[in-house]
Amino acid sequence: MALLFLRRIVQTALILLGVAAITFLLLYALPADPARMIAGRSATAQTVANIRHELGLDQPLLSQFGTYLGNLLHGNLGRSYAQKTEVWTLIVARLPATLTLMLAGIVVEVVLGLTLGTIAALRRGGPVDRLVMMASFVGVSAPQFVVALLLLYLFAVTLGWFPMSGYGTFAHVVLPATTLGVLGAGWYARMVRSAMIDVLNQDYVRTARAKGLSSRRIILRHALPNAILPVIAMIGIDIGQFMGGVVVVEAVYGWPGIGQLAWQAIQQVDIPIIMGVTLTSALAIVLGNLIADLIAPVIDPRIRTR
Amino acid sequence: MHVLKSLIRQPSALFGLLVVLTVIILALAAPLIAPFDPDNQLFEGLSLEGAPLPPGGQFLLGTDTLGRDLFSRLLYGARTSLVIGLVANGIAVTIGLFIGIVAGYLRGFFGNVLMRFTDLMMAFPALLLAIVLAALLRPSLWIVAMVIALVNWVQVARIVYTETRGLVERDFIMAERSLGAGHGRILFLHILPHLMPTAIVWGTLGIATTVLLEATLSFLGIGVQPPQPSWGNIIFESQSYFQAAPWLVFFPGAIILLTALAFNLVGDALRDILDPTQRGRG
Repeated sequence: MALLFLRRIVQTALILLGVAAITFLLLYALPADPARMIAGRSATAQTVANIRHELGLDQPLLSQFGTYLGNLLHGNLGRSYAQKTEVWTLIVARLPATLTLMLAGIVVEVVLGLTLGTIAALRRGGPVDRLVMMASFVGVSAPQFVVALLLLYLFAVTLGWFPMSGYGTFAHVVLPATTLGVLGAGWYARMVRSAMIDVLNQDYVRTARAKGLSSRRIILRHALPNAILPVIAMIGIDIGQFMGGVVVVEAVYGWPGIGQLAWQAIQQVDIPIIMGVTLTSALAIVLGNLIADLIAPVIDPRIRTR
Repeated sequence: MHVLKSLIRQPSALFGLLVVLTVIILALAAPLIAPFDPDNQLFEGLSLEGAPLPPGGQFLLGTDTLGRDLFSRLLYGARTSLVIGLVANGIAVTIGLFIGIVAGYLRGFFGNVLMRFTDLMMAFPALLLAIVLAALLRPSLWIVAMVIALVNWVQVARIVYTETRGLVERDFIMAERSLGAGHGRILFLHILPHLMPTAIVWGTLGIATTVLLEATLSFLGIGVQPPQPSWGNIIFESQSYFQAAPWLVFFPGAIILLTALAFNLVGDALRDILDPTQRGRG
């Protein structure tokens, strides 16, 4: 177990190293010049060259990367070009907002997905099933920014139930979280439905029924825990999806999270922030998968003995 | 033929197929159907106060903030979306097929390196990567297509890899090898044909993803650049007006949704029909 754990940590470190290397290479191979962005359009060539020297951008690529990795090992993500602040401080300041949003998004998608998927499986082949499956397809095919603008128009502009944008209260989180959750809810509904159909056909469910258990108890206590496994495995992958979606959702709702930070940094070619956010996201994805792997045996005893 | 028949038999797949065909025909025939030039800023396209006109009357779906005919822009936007959908996804599927097949066939050290690289790409937040790349490059239609291809091949590679590994173990490959067939012959004549269903399914499902991704990038202003119309940048251009002129968001939004939905429906039905594990059941 300890060995397995060690292996996972080494794997995680390697993946992060790879993500850092690729992002670094891509960002420095791109034509956008951060020194020119900082200096402004009217700066002289000399000023631009000075800034480039100050930031170490005139060093060979490999030595730049070496410096970056060295700092990274000390937990130092560097300083923002534009804001002159530590990237780590900037990210930590934005983290609570994004984590709140993501957590709320996961709640929305899991609750919606589980409920709809279970209902569809129980009404298999009927009109309710077909309706739910169609709806899940629509959810999967809906572009997030359109969902965001639609919800905004319906519930903020027309009905006035929720604020247009901002951050702080429960009412603020409802629309962004729903936007983020719709996509995943579609996938989960489909997955839970097919897993549920499989489980409901198993002998032990028939036994439970024969024992005279209420169908409510059979579904909640016997069938659902087995059908929920693929969903748990997906949440890890989801976090990766979310990190991109968060940029769009935070842009539309003015949510002061990491997505907004990344979006501003991209427009200013603020490479240290872009690197920092990409690495944080990659870490979140890897951790998400790790947590999913750790939770699975708690829910399914069969995996424990494996 | 068998595939087409099975497709038409399912109502949802038939619906998807009809929508896909309609979008393709409209895109091809855009110059014939479009009532106005999509880039023409018409004087009569704005109200006296300079506001865009709502749907109905002379302009079927209304006009945008510059007085251009929304219907015509949507028609030409279909071309943009489909071109990017086909090109980007074609490249993505090709890269995915190539890497998956090579890694699955060679295995060993080289195959391992390829798959670890694929795992690495899985840990990349795809949309974030696409946003970063698209924003820092000067965006054009082809750059957007490349960026999308670059982030979308990973899933295909994984699936092809797993399937190829299974195929390599099969007796008919062993037989072929003992008959003296070279690697090229085995790969292209014997393994590749078995992967075609997978390629077709992901080629279709991937178009939905691609259309959504292009729309998202264009919505953020880093995709296809105006004045060239794309469904995403039509919304980008009119986003700040959307309270006053909601049709400028709803029509393009509905079309993006409908198109992605249609490709998803067809792809999903194709998967059921073409999946080897499903074949021969009834």
